[in-house]
Amino acid sequence: MTAACDHVLSQTADGAAVLALSGVVTIATVSGLDRAMRQEEPAFATLDIGAVEEIDTAGAWLVWRLARDAGAHITGASAQAERLIGAIKTCSGVAPVTPYRPAFLTYLTAQTGKVVLELAAGSLRVLSFFGEVVATAGGLVLHPRRLRLTALVRHMQLVGVDSLGIIGLMSFLVGVVIAQQGAVQLAQFGAQIYTVNLTGRIALRELGVLMTAIMVAGRSGSAFAAQLGTMKLTEEIDAMRTIGVSPMEALVLPRILATLIMMPLLGVFSALVAIVGGASISAATMGIPFFTFLARVQEVVPMIDLWVGVVKGPMFGLIVALTGCYQGMQVEGSSEEVGKRTTMAVVQAISAVIMIDAFFAVFFSEVGWI
Amino acid sequence: MSQNSDPAIRITGLENRFGAQVVHQGLDLDVRRGEIIGVVGGSGTGKSVLMRSIIGLQTPSAGRIEVLGQVMGEPCRPDIDIRSRWGVLFQGGALFSTLTVAENVEVGLKEFYPQMDPHLRREIARFKVTMTGLPDAAAAKYPSELSGGMKKRAGLARALALDPELLFLDEPTAGLDPIGAAAFDHLTRELHETLGLTVFLITHDLDTLHEICDRVAVLADKRVIAVGTIPELLASDHPWIHDYFDGPRGRSALAARYPGPVAGGLERIDGN
Repeated sequence: MTAACDHVLSQTADGAAVLALSGVVTIATVSGLDRAMRQEEPAFATLDIGAVEEIDTAGAWLVWRLARDAGAHITGASAQAERLIGAIKTCSGVAPVTPYRPAFLTYLTAQTGKVVLELAAGSLRVLSFFGEVVATAGGLVLHPRRLRLTALVRHMQLVGVDSLGIIGLMSFLVGVVIAQQGAVQLAQFGAQIYTVNLTGRIALRELGVLMTAIMVAGRSGSAFAAQLGTMKLTEEIDAMRTIGVSPMEALVLPRILATLIMMPLLGVFSALVAIVGGASISAATMGIPFFTFLARVQEVVPMIDLWVGVVKGPMFGLIVALTGCYQGMQVEGSSEEVGKRTTMAVVQAISAVIMIDAFFAVFFSEVGWI
Repeated sequence: MSQNSDPAIRITGLENRFGAQVVHQGLDLDVRRGEIIGVVGGSGTGKSVLMRSIIGLQTPSAGRIEVLGQVMGEPCRPDIDIRSRWGVLFQGGALFSTLTVAENVEVGLKEFYPQMDPHLRREIARFKVTMTGLPDAAAAKYPSELSGGMKKRAGLARALALDPELLFLDEPTAGLDPIGAAAFDHLTRELHETLGLTVFLITHDLDTLHEICDRVAVLADKRVIAVGTIPELLASDHPWIHDYFDGPRGRSALAARYPGPVAGGLERIDGN
């Protein structure tokens, strides 16, 4: 069915202009009529819709608007058209359909101010959130039976055990890259054997725990934010509060504790796998036997490297879990917010982890833990 | 337009199963053009599944569904055609949360009539919003800024965006206060009369059933056990129908609607 709508402009005997519409005036055809009217801008005193076969609200709207703008009156309306026009003519809103959007410069200034203020208010909120976590943890120390053991173990599995595969793979590959690239550079000084020192020390001190923190932030920190955010939207968290269950105790603390416990373990695991990766590539391309590489690691890597890595683990875990839970609990309003907060959780966690890692790298060297 | 006498929706032998759980079996239902049909049934009898089957969100295990002359699931006529001829109001409104109310209404217009002038599209969106009884200013608001009742109206505006012939309402008055619910009923009836809509309405609201439904279909035992006007249904002796319409809430709704003879008839049924 090729529905169409025609319009003819004519003059009556007494010189008044008449615009006659015919055919189908529905949502499928009004676009063409509307465009034609905008181009021609005809002047008429009467709008004749007697020949219109079919009309709907969109058509009625256009007819009524054309008549209104031209100051014309409508004739020949069928009962149906009459009814539809009657229904829509009380609906002529003038309100904007999009919210107020300021000019670019105003927007820029306002946005800058907003960001600065938000930074200050945000820091305060993070601090108070951290305080709440500490207070809840303190309460648990006094009443250890309030600890949600099931939730804690479950999150230890989600954060720790379930991520062994991906963290192992990443660490192995990074170990391969470090050893291989290190060997290429060191060979120029005839110091290829120091590949072992390089791989072993950097894996235990830095890479293991840093890689883990980044993976956990991407995997679990984001999950925390999304889970808590969705629960906030569906009012689950409010429901908890009214029943007398503290969301801090039931949701936030198990997640933070689980990450805190799993991070150093994952970090050590990651470092060990990276060393195995380095040993594998050395055996394959540099002629250093696999077990010789491992034995050499034991000789050249001091114990302090392990501790430096392990000490950073819980710290990074705290940052990742805290950011995830904090951002999740800040969700308000719409589902878009959940996505935004999840992204923020990951970005902030990773940046904070790297900043603190840089600080620690210098700090430990300065205090002589080399 | 020769099929105008055909039913708007014809369902024959519909079967829906999820794993071992059978929701519908041998379900038949005809919805006439231009009527408001109310669908009732206990929780879990598959009212929403029935609606989802009709609008193609759920592929039935067996059976045939014909909507406005188009057999669902058959590709002969492009599916897109039928979707511009119906409007759906989901239970929670299901408004797109990143768009304003007016932009929500515009989505369908943009999709089906991309060549439409933005000014005209905006005008149409605006009068649809006001037509559903929302204040002018609500057009620029985001769904999260609206109350439950306003969300329903906004959802209705979106459902009406394309001037559909068929309107699906999933529990439109659930969660509204009595005044808001009555106003929404009134609006549905008014739009039905002005626009000549066929309305498929899932509801638990007895007042809605009495006020605006031409016929009521009762879902139980995995099929439609009865279709008819409320007095007709009352004449049947299915226990569920009786418990439903003749319970304390059903009675007061009925008394409010039919003072006198029918209520007297009820007494007679009680006597039996």
